[in-house]
Amino acid sequence: MQELDTAGLGSVRVTRKSDNVVVLEKDLATEQMVLAMGPQHPSTHGVLKLECLTDGEVVTEAVPYLGYLHRCFEKYCENVDYPAIVPYTDRMDYLSGMNSEMAFSVAVEKLLDIEIPRRVEFIRVIVAELNRIASHLVAIGTYGIDLGAFTPFLFCFRDREHILSLLEWASGARMLYNYIWIGGLANDVPADFNKRVREFVAYFRPQAKELYRLLTENEIFVKRTKGIGIMPADVAINYGWSGPMLRGSGVKWDLRRNDPYSVYPELEFNVAVPDGKFSDIGDCLSRHIVRALEIDESLKIIEQCIDKMPGAEGFDPKSAIPKRIRPKEGEVYGRAENPRGELGFYIQSDGKSTKPLRCKARSSCFVNLSAMKDLSKGQLIPDLVAIIGSIDIVLGEVDR
Amino acid sequence: MPFLMGNTLNVWSQAIASFQPMGLPLGLVILAAIPLVFIALYSLTYGVYGERKISAFMQDRLGPMEVGKWGILQTLADILKLIQKEDIVPTNADKFLFVIGPGVLFVGSFLAYAVLPFSPAFIGANLNVGLFYAIGIVALEVVGILAAGWGSNNKWSLYGAVRSVAQIVSYEIPAAIALLCGAMMAGTLDMQKITMLQSGSLGFAHFYLFQSPIAWLPFLIYFIASLAEVNRAPFDIPEAESELVAGYFTEYSGMKFAVIFLAEYGSMFMVSAIISIVFLGGWNSPLPNIGSFALNDLTSGPAWGAFWLIMKGFFFIFVQMWLRWTLPRLRVDQLMYLCWKVLTPFAFVSFVLTAIWEIYVP
Repeated sequence: MQELDTAGLGSVRVTRKSDNVVVLEKDLATEQMVLAMGPQHPSTHGVLKLECLTDGEVVTEAVPYLGYLHRCFEKYCENVDYPAIVPYTDRMDYLSGMNSEMAFSVAVEKLLDIEIPRRVEFIRVIVAELNRIASHLVAIGTYGIDLGAFTPFLFCFRDREHILSLLEWASGARMLYNYIWIGGLANDVPADFNKRVREFVAYFRPQAKELYRLLTENEIFVKRTKGIGIMPADVAINYGWSGPMLRGSGVKWDLRRNDPYSVYPELEFNVAVPDGKFSDIGDCLSRHIVRALEIDESLKIIEQCIDKMPGAEGFDPKSAIPKRIRPKEGEVYGRAENPRGELGFYIQSDGKSTKPLRCKARSSCFVNLSAMKDLSKGQLIPDLVAIIGSIDIVLGEVDR
Repeated sequence: MPFLMGNTLNVWSQAIASFQPMGLPLGLVILAAIPLVFIALYSLTYGVYGERKISAFMQDRLGPMEVGKWGILQTLADILKLIQKEDIVPTNADKFLFVIGPGVLFVGSFLAYAVLPFSPAFIGANLNVGLFYAIGIVALEVVGILAAGWGSNNKWSLYGAVRSVAQIVSYEIPAAIALLCGAMMAGTLDMQKITMLQSGSLGFAHFYLFQSPIAWLPFLIYFIASLAEVNRAPFDIPEAESELVAGYFTEYSGMKFAVIFLAEYGSMFMVSAIISIVFLGGWNSPLPNIGSFALNDLTSGPAWGAFWLIMKGFFFIFVQMWLRWTLPRLRVDQLMYLCWKVLTPFAFVSFVLTAIWEIYVP
């Protein structure tokens, strides 16, 4: 007989009877039950485990357990050269690799203080925004699945397929690109790339409208998400939320506007926030709507980039890449707006080595997920699923 | 040759029918059950195939394409695979309940087949309280679900079972009242008689759905309630795969899982057949006689009867699938709200209105 202490759940007694492990919960009222949701649960979006204390269908407390996908990103960074970290950032948030690469490149370029060719910047913004659309499509589609609507998911994946083909054409890979390098790009985009992207934008606009009608305006969908998991703006800021989660609470905060990087200051787009007519500010539906609106804004950005982009004559995507990346002694925090929020890299350099002394990643999903305990209090199990889905976590980024 | 075949069949059927151990007419029961089992099996095989194809076409996919032409043998391959699988009973499960659960579930849905008139010439048991029996016997499914959910010794299964029991027991009330409206229009609970009363040379115009303007209300109420009774979307909360993993059959695999599946598709066809019989004329042809084109006479008869009932049943199964692949799932409390505060009052209203209509409108 052995006494264990699990976080927040009181002590739990475990008795071993041959191979059978019998867990007896102590310090629990008779109507309470410990329910382990995950890590193999279908709607925890990966290997997240939520240990819930339930009273019937009501979850009185839910504690997230992380670390099932931990791959020592930060320790790895201390042991390889700067360019070798870029492919690894793809594997953090595997649904938006381009954005992660861009965030890391922006941080290192800030440390190196180098000038980037304009065409590189525009290409970066195009691929990053394409990737943002793809990522939001996955978020919206899987949110539909969480609430029992299967068809929108496959519609989303059908359209995402076109984006993946475009990105594959540019970079050679479908998910883990290693396309945006520090100071430049792996290669220029193919000759007809802009034309194809324009075709995609023209094709996708009506599809996005159809998706909106099919899922977001569905009566049952609204009933399931409106008023569920409300997060007030001040609490959201205190938790350090960012991205669509924070904007869902009504805060107009977008790093592309508020801490501009790359060519975003030259581009026109709105920071999408819910207007409170269709949804209650800060609920699951608001967060979902923000993602849906951001898809439109990304399409606008892509069109503008194609118009403004300088031609390919005499263009070398690798012209600004330093021969050897060895930054001066110092530290930098570079951040970028990822589909899931602020992805920041804190990099420390000792000035002698070609490897960072310290590289810390500030993950958006991890910070967003930290509010789970507050959000889940007193919710029903179906609502808990709706809340996890609206946070839109990628466990690769949560655990790193 | 056909005569020979017929004679042989007759000899066989008489041999089975004369099987009466201890004076019980068991042979007759078996004789009636054989075609019904085949109907249930076909509704599973082609129900599953149809569901996969329909959902695929709705979602810009092709669905199964490999096994046979257009994947038509896919379900058979799946069943073969399920038969080969190891029969796993979890160590800490209540073995007895775990094993009998799927069986009770299937029996519950299959017993109602006995009173479905498939054609003027064929009904398993011509009970004079057939409709009442069909409503009542379905409740046996609850026992199977509870046995499966409790016996699995899994928290998700238990949630699924408890939800399912609450749901099925609640939705039986509006469903039964809605069916009573149909019974009131016929003046009988005998399924065969209800069907016969709806036949006539005008085809669909004789169906109860088109006989009174009020009949639409119980028709819709029963259709919605029947979705909940067979755990179909948007009321599939007992198995809600994104919430409860797979609900009460989380722990099942192999043949036991196949039996649960068979029960689900069996009861889908069963409720579709009941709604067709009570409101849409059962085995009656919907085609009217137009002048010299005696379409109704041409398309009536025992074989045509079976065709019409099964087609009507398949139509409702199609609608069930259509809804499943379009709508999200309701929450458990919203489901109960819909049952007790919307469907049940409206069922009572339609009950009273039908009574008034039947008394005052000739």
